[in-house]
Amino acid sequence: MTGPGSLPVTGFPEPGPPRFESIAAVRTGLAGIDYLADEGIAGVVYLADRLAKPVLVEGPAGTGKTELAKSVARLTGSRLIRLQCYEGLDESKALYEWNYKKQLLRIQAESGRGWEELEEDIFSEDFLLPRPLLEAIRSPEPVVLLIDEVDRVELETEALLLEVLSEYQVSIPELGTVRATGIPLVFLTSNNTRELSEALKRRCLYLHLDYPDVERERAIVLARVPGIGADLADQIARIVRSIRSLELKKSPSVSETLDWARTLVVLGVESVDADVARDTLHILLKYRSDIERAAKELAGGAAGT
Amino acid sequence: MVPPAPDGPGAGGPPAGPPVGTAGDGGGSAMIAVLGRFVGELRAAGIPVSMTEHLDAAEVLRHIPLEDRPALKSALGAALVKSSAHWRAYETAFEVYFALRGDGYAIEGEADGEPGSGEDAEGRAAGAGDGGRMGRGRGSAGGGGQGMTAEELAAMLMNALTSGDEAMMAAVARQAVARYAGMEPGRPVGGTYYLYRTLRNLDLDAVLEQLVDGRRSGDRGGQDGAEGGGGDTPQAALTPLEERLARDEFRARIDLLRRQIEDEIRRRLVADRGSEALAKSVRKPLPEDIDVMHATRDELVALRRALQPLSRKLAVRLARKRRHGRRGPLDFRSTVRHSLSTGGVPVEPRFRYPRPAKPEIVVIADISGSVASFARFTLHLVHAISAQFSKVRSFVFIDGIDEVTRFFEHAEDPAEAVHRINTEADVVWVDGHSDYGHALTVFLERWGDELTPRTSVLLLGDARNNYHASQAWVVGELARRSRHVYWLNPEPRAYWNSGDSIVGEYGAHCEDVVECRTLRQLERFVGELA
Ligand SMILES: Nc1ncnc2c1ncn2[C@@H]1O[C@H](COP(=O)(O)OP(=O)(O)OP(=O)(O)O)[C@@H](O)[C@H]1O
Ligand SMILES: [Mg+2]
Repeated sequence: MTGPGSLPVTGFPEPGPPRFESIAAVRTGLAGIDYLADEGIAGVVYLADRLAKPVLVEGPAGTGKTELAKSVARLTGSRLIRLQCYEGLDESKALYEWNYKKQLLRIQAESGRGWEELEEDIFSEDFLLPRPLLEAIRSPEPVVLLIDEVDRVELETEALLLEVLSEYQVSIPELGTVRATGIPLVFLTSNNTRELSEALKRRCLYLHLDYPDVERERAIVLARVPGIGADLADQIARIVRSIRSLELKKSPSVSETLDWARTLVVLGVESVDADVARDTLHILLKYRSDIERAAKELAGGAAGT
Repeated sequence: MVPPAPDGPGAGGPPAGPPVGTAGDGGGSAMIAVLGRFVGELRAAGIPVSMTEHLDAAEVLRHIPLEDRPALKSALGAALVKSSAHWRAYETAFEVYFALRGDGYAIEGEADGEPGSGEDAEGRAAGAGDGGRMGRGRGSAGGGGQGMTAEELAAMLMNALTSGDEAMMAAVARQAVARYAGMEPGRPVGGTYYLYRTLRNLDLDAVLEQLVDGRRSGDRGGQDGAEGGGGDTPQAALTPLEERLARDEFRARIDLLRRQIEDEIRRRLVADRGSEALAKSVRKPLPEDIDVMHATRDELVALRRALQPLSRKLAVRLARKRRHGRRGPLDFRSTVRHSLSTGGVPVEPRFRYPRPAKPEIVVIADISGSVASFARFTLHLVHAISAQFSKVRSFVFIDGIDEVTRFFEHAEDPAEAVHRINTEADVVWVDGHSDYGHALTVFLERWGDELTPRTSVLLLGDARNNYHASQAWVVGELARRSRHVYWLNPEPRAYWNSGDSIVGEYGAHCEDVVECRTLRQLERFVGELA
């Protein structure tokens, strides 16, 4: 199938020059823009580039999935194109849509012309409304495509993504196939509320983003909370680890750790003791029963277990 | 410019001698062969690895230096494993297949750089006797101190854990295995046995208390104390919070040490038996394939962890199925909108979605010891998807029976309700041994009138009735009053109707008796029910 000359139509996109020199370079690069990755995360980003494969990032809420894609875009100086998924998302919002109002106007204005001719005209690029996927494919500049919360779309809608993710192209029946000029870095995120299709998972590299370990969380706090001291950041990371080890309804996420840290800084706290913890735990935890449980544990209520 | 990716293993291979037990680190093709066997093992463990993924993994090998084992592990994992629940099984297989690869992992390369090697070799005889034959390199390397005394080892252990120095901990792990595991070539025992022996001798629980005591009495030693920057007031007593954080830190270090010990044992086993044979014997089932009735404590933890996402996914799937299951009335707007791409001809009509009637569920579960976990998982799962039913009522019994629906009604989380069942339900009548006959009879008397032709009854248990009267007619009566009666049995089919199991007697009155040993089987059944 061929399309009009104005659209970039070439063969399978040539892999561009590598974006990263090494895994370590990814890691230090990201750290330079305040995203703290571990070896595993950096390794997958590195591979995504070398293998020209999308990355499926899964994990609990607030562990830096979305932020990873944004940070990689910044690091590589790429444009970030984001497709936010939701239930009911369809082709016309993900890929492209024909601007039917404009088409109708044209049909009315040119009522004297034959349909054949008219059809050619109204199904041309002028009447096309590109949505994020098509936009990412057509973009002349380097792109990071973020398909956020992909588990929210229906299984059938997932199929729409497959062509883009494996061939880096979009077929438009009326126009032809639009192929990417360069291969974009693609990140899909999922909160794991639905089993994604095997076909989708096969096409992606998989990255499970869990809560960071103490060292990484401390570094994240230091990087993201202005004016915080090293001791306090360390203490915060340790207390959060301790709280996550309790079986709670909802463990604190990294964003909640950061909220808590910011609050403590605003309150002028230099060191967290059991009283301070009890008074501020509601920022870290959302459920009343979790807050009570954690407050008790931190005060030594069930020490030695 | 970016340097080309290394094509094969680079210069930084194992320091001395070829690794034992696996293909040499030579060319890429040997590595590809190892990968092939590794993928075979993953499939055998139940991880679905497609052709594409296998090829991706081969591609990964071209870009990641083989000596960088942690990087290789996560990179191959990214290509091969697409679910975090499968990670444990993957990790186990990886450790076996790549046990001897990478810096410091080759069995023969360990004579150098062991802390403590300057120590007097007094206990060398004991050390060599215990571990010398397994670690061939050790025996022949002679020299440095294999044989620390038990006291020296204990001191080094405390030192390593106090400072948190990972390299020193790894050295302790090696010494401990050499000294205590009693590994011998060809011995037909699994790694767990050696692990058990090593850990028993180290007595890490006592070590933890000692470490915490040490911190309590003001010994803040170590390059990075558990209190981080602290240390200005070494004599101040610890607050409970400080003590807790110190304990957490030490516990994390001990966990790391335990993993290092496991690594060391596995490494030696691989050297002795080869990857293939070992992989088979250490293979870990996926959480959804764990036999619920015979799960170990660790496995129960894994099961509990798997249950939440599993039930949430099931709920989402069923909710969607309900919405999209059947065609409802024509959706005019949507049809017209979509017809524009076909020049205004409505070739593809769009429909709204109807809501089929929802069934009522009654769960009656044996919660006596042997089947308690199974009952808990089932109740959790059924209540997690209770929105799919018009009503769910739950009853639990041992020899007495009690309704527990109320526990679930106000619980934000089914796990919490299940916990209350254990502590609050009134299920013992005489002696607390399962009596299906009595429990079912009481059910029929007290609640039998509430069954309707829309009710599906789920009976849960192994039907091991301790030779009490079966009262199987009761099940027949339940079946007459309701729409369906199913029996879910957590025992393998082969054991049914042996000993005091009388599931056949009850099953005769049921629509179906279903074997439900694993979460996978349970999920399938519950999913079809809704
Ligand atoms: N590794 C990290 N380095 C720096 N900041 C981080 C890191 N991980 C998380 N954060 C912080 O946590 C916040 C939440 O991260 P993000 O929004 O990416 O989470 P998410 O995983 O996408 O969550 P959700 O599943 O709710 O969408 C970010 O704004 C960022 O400030
Ligand atoms: Mg997000």
